[in-house]
Amino acid sequence: MEERFDAIIVGGGLAGLGAAYTLASEGLEVLLLERGDYSGAKNVTGGRIYVNPVRDMYPDLWKKAPFERFIAHEEVTVMAKERSITVRYSGEELKKEPYQSYSILRAKFDRWFAKQAERKGAMIVTKSKVDDLIRENGRIAGVITGGEELKADVVIACDGVLSLTAEKAGLRSPGNPKDYAVGVKEVIELDPAVIEDRFALADGEGAARLFMGEVTKGMFGGGFLYTNKESISLGLVVSIKELMENKQGIEIPVMFEEFKNRPEIAALIKGGQTAEYSAHVIPEGGYKALTRLYGDGILVAGDAAGFAMNIGVTVRGMEYALASGYYAAKAVIKAKEKGDFSAKTLSIYEDMLKSSFVMRDFINFKEAPHVLENPRFFNYYPELVGNIMRDLYAVPAGPKEKLYPTVKRYLGFKQLWAMAGDMRKVMKI
Amino acid sequence: MSETLNLKAKLGLNVFKEDKERHINIKPGMEKDPRLKRAVLVCPAGLYSLNEQGEVEFTIDGCLECGTCRIACGTEVLEWKYPNGGSGVQFRFG
Repeated sequence: MEERFDAIIVGGGLAGLGAAYTLASEGLEVLLLERGDYSGAKNVTGGRIYVNPVRDMYPDLWKKAPFERFIAHEEVTVMAKERSITVRYSGEELKKEPYQSYSILRAKFDRWFAKQAERKGAMIVTKSKVDDLIRENGRIAGVITGGEELKADVVIACDGVLSLTAEKAGLRSPGNPKDYAVGVKEVIELDPAVIEDRFALADGEGAARLFMGEVTKGMFGGGFLYTNKESISLGLVVSIKELMENKQGIEIPVMFEEFKNRPEIAALIKGGQTAEYSAHVIPEGGYKALTRLYGDGILVAGDAAGFAMNIGVTVRGMEYALASGYYAAKAVIKAKEKGDFSAKTLSIYEDMLKSSFVMRDFINFKEAPHVLENPRFFNYYPELVGNIMRDLYAVPAGPKEKLYPTVKRYLGFKQLWAMAGDMRKVMKI
Repeated sequence: MSETLNLKAKLGLNVFKEDKERHINIKPGMEKDPRLKRAVLVCPAGLYSLNEQGEVEFTIDGCLECGTCRIACGTEVLEWKYPNGGSGVQFRFG
């Protein structure tokens, strides 16, 4: 008799592992195929995971999870060409357990999570790339990997932002550049004592920093920095559409190097040794760019479905991956009870997502991509705030101008009118 | 790309496992397609460059498998697959 799995999961990142862990916990026979040497080998994160939204879905996971540092300090820096302004938010609420977010390195975390899924009974095969899908009577019935046919009642596509699996199943088309950003990152090793000193961190604490403005040459995107235990994750995220059309002809590796060379950044990474350079595409199209989530014999979860979201103050993806993997598994469990894996039955996956934080967030913030791509946020405002600060803090040789006129010079009727226009749009998010 | 950038050295820090075939190829007849030039701007590994004739040259060594070129140039221009299982970049940090 041919071997048949309850579910085959394509991709061992957070969505795939979340689904495998959940299915195996309920005793289903699940096979996960990962193309890397180990789970996490092909995954890249900027660096931070928020636990609250998914805490109860994986109650046993968090105590021993190999996170880096809990984030106790949030900083945002607005960068103009020749100056910058930083706001640092620290609060007792960020230092109380359970912590809301942690810096994280995926090769380490995913590898560990894969072990937990295996302990629950999931079968994980690495170095195994899915080349195609098996179709039977108009439905997906398994996958083809390395010339071998593997059958299952349902396939869960968790193969990341490009999801060639969902594309082959006809659930999505190749992405539109306006819905995606590219992220580049260096992991820079530094002595933990130096990290704690440099970022004013108490034991175990971490800092998260975002940078916007000149760092992306006015393009939609920004820089990020997360402190890990013994390293710093430093990176840049830029809209692919704006990057490929940029009239300055600036290439992303050059933009990243210029970011690193900013005096504000150079001081933070001084003495560090780069250990790895990585890149990844991020879905940023929001609700309108989500793919179809299910078909006959197939579900799509994580980045593959478009579940990542940038709302300026937070950039999130991993919780949506963990949650959509969890709900995909729950939908499969229901389908198995019914003995029916048709699109009609599997549509319960979308219902579950709709009543969860996942779809609620995507609907609430559906205007965010469109509102945030305003070039004024990345060029005009950083320069404006920078200029006001320069003039407020300057002490000239002669008498100093009164403060109100100093500021008012930059805020005439025309400027205020334009700002009110921007504000009206921002009020949608 | 600027010499001081030393992108090659940076990529040299990563663990790569050689594949038996190239996983990205310019589709035949598309070598001069203007959409290819987008890859020069967007590729994080700087694998696409313009030669003196203004044509795009491409090497696969150091590919980070991000897929940015596939999204920017499109699938009419690029034949794009992931490397075979157990090949390509293996992130140690990610």
